[in-house]
Amino acid sequence: MVSSFKEALESGKFVVTSEVAPPKGTDLEKMHHHIELLKDKVDGMNVTDHQSSVMRFPSLGGVLVVKEMGGEPILQMTCRDRNRLALQADLLFAASRGINNVLCLTGDSVILGDHKEAKGVFDLDSSQLLAAIRRLEKGKDLAGNDLDGSVSFCAGAIVTPEANPLEPQLIKFEKKIEAGAEFIQTQAVYDLDNFREFMDYARQFPVKILAGVILLTSAPMARFMNKNVAGVNVPQELIDEMTSAPKGRALDKGIEIAGRMIKKIRAEKMCDGVHIMAIGREELVPDIMSAAGLT
Amino acid sequence: MIRSITRQKSEEEIDRLLDGLGRVFILGCGTCVTLTRTGGDPEVKAMKERLSSQGRLVTGEAVLPVACDNLTGEALKEYGRQIDQADVLLIMTCAFGVQTIARQLKKMVVPALDTLFIGKESAIGQFDEICTQCGTCILGETGGICPVTSCHKGLVNGPCGGTNNGKCEIDPEKDCAWTLIYNRLKELDRLDSMRTLQKPRNHQGEPSPGKFKF
Repeated sequence: MVSSFKEALESGKFVVTSEVAPPKGTDLEKMHHHIELLKDKVDGMNVTDHQSSVMRFPSLGGVLVVKEMGGEPILQMTCRDRNRLALQADLLFAASRGINNVLCLTGDSVILGDHKEAKGVFDLDSSQLLAAIRRLEKGKDLAGNDLDGSVSFCAGAIVTPEANPLEPQLIKFEKKIEAGAEFIQTQAVYDLDNFREFMDYARQFPVKILAGVILLTSAPMARFMNKNVAGVNVPQELIDEMTSAPKGRALDKGIEIAGRMIKKIRAEKMCDGVHIMAIGREELVPDIMSAAGLT
Repeated sequence: MIRSITRQKSEEEIDRLLDGLGRVFILGCGTCVTLTRTGGDPEVKAMKERLSSQGRLVTGEAVLPVACDNLTGEALKEYGRQIDQADVLLIMTCAFGVQTIARQLKKMVVPALDTLFIGKESAIGQFDEICTQCGTCILGETGGICPVTSCHKGLVNGPCGGTNNGKCEIDPEKDCAWTLIYNRLKELDRLDSMRTLQKPRNHQGEPSPGKFKF
């Protein structure tokens, strides 16, 4: 079965994806609310996998909730917590439940999260997980054994267009495409001149690219990301613009900036769409979309 | 030369391990732990002073030449009486030394150090972990720098998204192995080696525990 996300990617339309974060616990009310708000507005909803290595309700459970509610889920899978047996098993389960989209990630170190003494697994990496998916699709597991019943996924990965040094990142990007990535959701981009340059290079590959847009919620938050999030570079003009917002209106300014960026990316046909990350403020995604003229 | 790199356990942990044990014999080693200043003569003396100040009886102390050597059994004979009088041996060597000593004597042993890694001295007083003895060496494809060891995640296909200006996401003091490998391969004009999609690693090159005979 071809996923509707895959259809959207292939349709040539400007694709919009967003995120939902599973809760720490079993109270799914906030996640339900976000799914309800977004399911008819976006082409796919990523469900994060213990984001930042913080233990939460699983992404595999989250995508089932999205599906039950009529949304189009994208299962985020990191290689941090599961070895190749567990990853393949979860892919089989996902396929059996009609989950058709997977985003393959290596995953943050456990040291950055809330279970700092846990064992980081990394039996596979993101490119090997992509290759594993393509192998399962051919009816074989990673040990070469035949599978009873097949799988089919629209599989993707990420890239950090502002990584420094950049070339090792691009080599990995090419390996992910070679391994079978059909779509790429990028790390947050703020400097669109840099992003345009990245796209001049990336366009030569047979892969759909969705530019990562993280909502700026305040000037300190932007400075924090510059200091602490690898590969995120918020230019000083944007920080100044956030600072210039009247007291209590920083969030509105952030929505305006995100909307303006998306509008520009779309108008210039820089890439195939955007992946909007509102980091816990997913209820604002519709506002960002309307600021971008997408609704 | 390779060295066993150690760090002293916290005083709280050592006190907990020695709880109820009043008479202690302390052992250090003249090799790696002397070099890292974690279990040489000055550290053994400082430990003796601390334990004595707690009201424990230190029945004796010794700094063995090479604690992990099989001759350690002979070296310990010299201290037979003092060791007999002790409730416990507090051992300020790496875990190779602790286990060598434990095999020789019918005595409870308490390690005072944690063994961190087998390291190479890269500058005076600085030691780096460069090999984890994985059993499936890939140095021939990575310009002689081991990503299994030097990359925090042991990745073999290039950097993760956490690489940050040549440093690792877990610690700005630690280099990103893949930046080092990239620089080396570029210098050698062998970046093609980095472009090859590597298969999942064999984690059972030598199933643990390792054993070797000839």
